[in-house]
Amino acid sequence: MNHVINVQVENKPGVLARVASMFAGRGFNIHSLAVGPTADPAMSRMTVVVDGPEMEQVIKQLYKLVHTVKVTELTPGQGIEREIMMVRVNAEADKRAEILEAAAIFKAKTVDVGLATLTFELAGDPGALADFLELMRPYGIVDLAKSGRVAISRDIKTNGKKGRLRSA
Amino acid sequence: MSNTMTGAQALIHALESQGVDIVFGVPGGAILPAYDPLLDSPIRHVLARHEQGAGHMASGYAHATGRVGVMVATSGPGATNLITPLQDCYMDSIPVVAITGQVATHSIGNDAFQEAHTWGISMPATKHNYLVTDAADIPEVVNEAFHLASTGRPGPVLIDLPKDVLAATMNWHDPKEIKLPGYRPSVKGHPLQVKAAIDMILESEQPVLYTGGGVIRAGGAAELRAFAELADLPVVTTLMARGAMPDSHPLCLGMSGMHGSYTATTAIQRSDLLVTIGARFDDRVTGEVKSFAPDAKIIHVDVDPAEIGKVRKADVPIVGDAKAILGQLIEVMEKKLGGKRSPERTDWHEQIAEWQRDYPLKFDQDPEGPIQQQYVISELHRLTGGDAIVVAGVGQHQMWASQFWGFERPNTWINSGGLGTMGYAVPAAVGAKAGKPDEVVFAIDGDGCFQMTMQELITASVEGIPAKIAVMNNGSLGMVKQWQKLFYHERFSATDLTNHTPDYVKLAEAMGCVGIRAERPADVVPALEKALAINDKPVVVDFVCDPDAMVFPMVVAGGSNDDVIMSMTDLPDPAGPQPEDVI
Repeated sequence: MNHVINVQVENKPGVLARVASMFAGRGFNIHSLAVGPTADPAMSRMTVVVDGPEMEQVIKQLYKLVHTVKVTELTPGQGIEREIMMVRVNAEADKRAEILEAAAIFKAKTVDVGLATLTFELAGDPGALADFLELMRPYGIVDLAKSGRVAISRDIKTNGKKGRLRSA
Repeated sequence: MSNTMTGAQALIHALESQGVDIVFGVPGGAILPAYDPLLDSPIRHVLARHEQGAGHMASGYAHATGRVGVMVATSGPGATNLITPLQDCYMDSIPVVAITGQVATHSIGNDAFQEAHTWGISMPATKHNYLVTDAADIPEVVNEAFHLASTGRPGPVLIDLPKDVLAATMNWHDPKEIKLPGYRPSVKGHPLQVKAAIDMILESEQPVLYTGGGVIRAGGAAELRAFAELADLPVVTTLMARGAMPDSHPLCLGMSGMHGSYTATTAIQRSDLLVTIGARFDDRVTGEVKSFAPDAKIIHVDVDPAEIGKVRKADVPIVGDAKAILGQLIEVMEKKLGGKRSPERTDWHEQIAEWQRDYPLKFDQDPEGPIQQQYVISELHRLTGGDAIVVAGVGQHQMWASQFWGFERPNTWINSGGLGTMGYAVPAAVGAKAGKPDEVVFAIDGDGCFQMTMQELITASVEGIPAKIAVMNNGSLGMVKQWQKLFYHERFSATDLTNHTPDYVKLAEAMGCVGIRAERPADVVPALEKALAINDKPVVVDFVCDPDAMVFPMVVAGGSNDDVIMSMTDLPDPAGPQPEDVI
């Protein structure tokens, strides 16, 4: 089962190597990993998708790294998750129209047109990306580049009472 | 005085500021700049004969004194030779700082002479590590390194210093306040958890205090004893906790696990509550995890949150320092008891006493037969009154030393527990003796271990560090041979060392030590008396021992702690665990 974990780390040289090395050494399985800056230049955020039954040890071992400041597991529904991909598919003249139609439904952007291929860019929910990929598979996927997942928690503010959303 | 100095001078100045009195190392090209100001420093440098020796010396020093041990090596092979001691210290939570030279910053990554990616290689073997690229950072880095090594769960920290950084000029400044937003080790335990623990202890009928090296690291031995007495709890001291509770104390059951006493192992197995303090449910303690202490609730006190729940789920987890939390437990227990005695658990104590009567640790020394290692250890204990620091390597001799030496105080048992580093004893004994010159430091070593690091006896005699070494010469890699006997149908592949080559007495003399040999049981006491009387030189005593002796009790690796094998006569049947099942 995949778990999405956000790791706030000090923006220090080698911090990615420390995290990756810990995962390898402890036998934890990284499904995807994305690193980038945060609003605070002293900090970076890693979004790690981890394959495994249970995250307690993963989280505790992450905290053991001196440069780890905060670790949060985004339980399903609690976080907003996004990926971006670029996919090049075979598109002979007789198939072009239906491929473009499918792409339009997914709001995929056409970023390159070749003699016999089309290349789409699609960003969004990882599930939607997977669905689009399945739809393109029969035509023949020539090339695929996919980012790691990034995620952020939802800003749910309760108004004193649990579960009640504050009126906007 | 001008504050302008080189990075190397800043390094030495920073070490002095940390109160470092001794460092263990070997110089070389990249670290040369740091060795120059060392000549003018009050810090003593002990020149090891191999960097691994320097590392274990720093570890032995830290074990014996409780202070941070410092090891120094050059780049490349110097640094890679430190990896074993670093990993050893990591597994056993020993506070050490390693200083390594590195090729100049402009050469890094160019496969320069004696270049190794020390930062990357040492990362998984250290609690934290640094590659310093600006001499101006040295005061902060050294201060942080000592802070990290000695606080929270102690451990090794490495500082890699390129030659040009050591040679560069900087302005000395006192280190700025340490800012580590991700590093805030807990000291005090959560009061509600402490209360919950006390309630659980008061309700339990068959509790055991299961203690680990964390108690010794935290300096909590006095609190452990006070709490055990107050709450009337039998205490198991694991391999790393030997000495945390006096073995002579009626509540102390000694070591449990693979080669633990029947009583300690079985008391844990039958307990209804394990009060775990600074221990980590190591596989040598638990055996098969699913059958380990099956009816016990678990209170788990540890300074490292990742240890809690790693192997066994805790019913009451308490994160913090073992000494501080033992203090809290005492306070809350006293309040609860209000002057009354803790509940009497007569049946439990009687049961334990019965096990102790029926299954004692024992050995037979035939006066005409070969020397038994247990006999040497027992006689050494008798002759010293137990007043010595004992250092062990890894193997049969280590287990017998743990079983048969009655430990009375903490920091008097130094061994490689987690990593199981053969060759640990000689250099660790040198480090311990350097840190505690007024104590008798006696290494109990195996002949296999001894041959791995014995050249550090040259360091000992040249530097005037008179540690003593008992070589338990059984002519084989005894523990490995024991496993071959038990699990590989007595096919003794590559475990024969022979007990006549080298000649340990001549070897000792060649290294500037006194060499003594004992070949018969009657030689043992005179040899030990002679060794104990020599205080100006290191001594090596070659005890020619029984080549076939085996360590019992034993729980087969991966087997259940319910099945303690007491002797060859109750060995598991050949259809039992097969070699591929055991580690």
